[in-house]
Amino acid sequence: MSDMTHSERSGGLKAWLTSDTPASRFQARAINIWFAWRDLLRNPLAVIGIVIIAALILMAVFAPLIATDPPNRQDLAARLLAPGVDGHLLGTDELGRDIWSRIVYGSRVTLQVVALVALTAPIFGLVVGTVAGTLGGWTDRVLMRITDIFLAFPRLILALAFVAALGPGIVNAIFAIALTAWPPYARVARAETLTVRRADYIAAARLQGAGTLRIITGHIMPMCLSSVIIRVTLDMAGIILTAAGLGFLGLGAQPPLAEWGAMISTGRQYLLSHWWVATMPGLAILIVSLGFNLLGDSLRDVLDPRGGQK
Amino acid sequence: MSGPQSAGNAKIAVSDLSVTFTQGRRPVRAVKGVSFSVKPLESFGLVGESGSGKSTVLRAICGLAPVSGGEIRIDGAAMAEPRDKAFARRVQMVFQDPYGSLHPRHTIDRVLSEPLAIHRFSDREDRIVQALKDVGLDARFRFRLPHQLSGGQRQRVAIARALIVEPEILLLDEPTSALDASIQAEVLNLLTRLREERNLTFVMVSHDLAVIDHMCERLLVMRGGEAVEALERSALADHAVSSDYTRTLLTASEGYVR
Repeated sequence: MSDMTHSERSGGLKAWLTSDTPASRFQARAINIWFAWRDLLRNPLAVIGIVIIAALILMAVFAPLIATDPPNRQDLAARLLAPGVDGHLLGTDELGRDIWSRIVYGSRVTLQVVALVALTAPIFGLVVGTVAGTLGGWTDRVLMRITDIFLAFPRLILALAFVAALGPGIVNAIFAIALTAWPPYARVARAETLTVRRADYIAAARLQGAGTLRIITGHIMPMCLSSVIIRVTLDMAGIILTAAGLGFLGLGAQPPLAEWGAMISTGRQYLLSHWWVATMPGLAILIVSLGFNLLGDSLRDVLDPRGGQK
Repeated sequence: MSGPQSAGNAKIAVSDLSVTFTQGRRPVRAVKGVSFSVKPLESFGLVGESGSGKSTVLRAICGLAPVSGGEIRIDGAAMAEPRDKAFARRVQMVFQDPYGSLHPRHTIDRVLSEPLAIHRFSDREDRIVQALKDVGLDARFRFRLPHQLSGGQRQRVAIARALIVEPEILLLDEPTSALDASIQAEVLNLLTRLREERNLTFVMVSHDLAVIDHMCERLLVMRGGEAVEALERSALADHAVSSDYTRTLLTASEGYVR
């Protein structure tokens, strides 16, 4: 008996999280999240992905503490220094700015792009896809043809056109990327909707008197969500690259804002003589893209409903 | 085929019902002019082999199948197209497959609170607890997901979900065919008890004459989308059947019972 109370006291949270008889809605949800999290941590690739993304977030939040110099302080006497020289960890660029510090501050821009695109495009795509899939008929045809038109354009070209029309700048670049990123989510969500919309549980919801809005948001969207989330994490790399590409073309972040794509763009001129100016931000993009890809791959294993049904 | 329509006191009156599905360009007539009527508080059975159109009749009553002819009346009144919330309060259905009729990502709690939210019930908490108790499920199942339950437990949840809005009519689409024999009996007894307690009218579909014999006072035998024969339960016991097909079914079910 004393044994019991002891284990209850010490492993209270653990027991609460692994209980097979949850006592409240909140606990039931916490248990689901806990088990998904545990599954995720079992996959070493997922852990690498999580560590990279956590590092990116910490870097963005604590940029002033991590950076060794202000990102935009120029020192023409110390331009194009090699990595390690004079305390410049990753060297300096053509205006003598510390590359490490610029990468650290640039993570804020990257995170901003990723967060805003991840919050807008998938939600819009999810709504379009589930509405088209559920209602069918003309709604489906019209929405899907619009999606096809957006899909037919190469993403960077369409984003270029938007930015050219709206004017260069990081906010417009994010907007342009979001506008070009939603069609795949609409496709995924529609495909998923078509597989579940004839299911008995949807018929049951309809029989309960549920309206179309309730069926879409409460019953169909949860079934599409995992595929969309997986797709988002896999697309993150592409989104970062598009943002970098726009920055590279001078249509994204404007100087002197530290942004990885723009940094590569200016470093390109010195690529043969001073390789580190373009390579370091390129490595940063590579690592972060890799992190999102690894996480996306492992999320697929955890969130796939068919895997969870076993 | 069935007896004369007594539209006055029939709970459900189905007359000359036809259902046509369009598959590609070829129309498939799943139900061809079926008529029957169900009295208040009665348990009515629809029997037939797979593809006889018996489940489609149930789905047509709920508005889930495209009606191409005839009419369905409940308490003498035609129903709104599409079915409205008022209909949902009066008529509920239990599906055949308990693995497919519960949302895989909704906890039992969510499954039961959803209809309460739709129909704006106020004392939801009490009703959910009571609904679980009514179908003989322990309260600890409340926050589980369907895949953590057995088939019989899931079917109990489906029954609880159907009854939580206090309907007058319960449509049962082979509610036990996906379950083990022992669980089957439990669920059938549960349904019998709930019907008595709540004054329900049942329409039950099954391919198993023994189940229908156990549950229903009257039944309609269907084959190939058409009604073959309407029977009282006593006629089954006396073998007083007129069509050869019903006799075949009867022999088959007795062979199974022994």
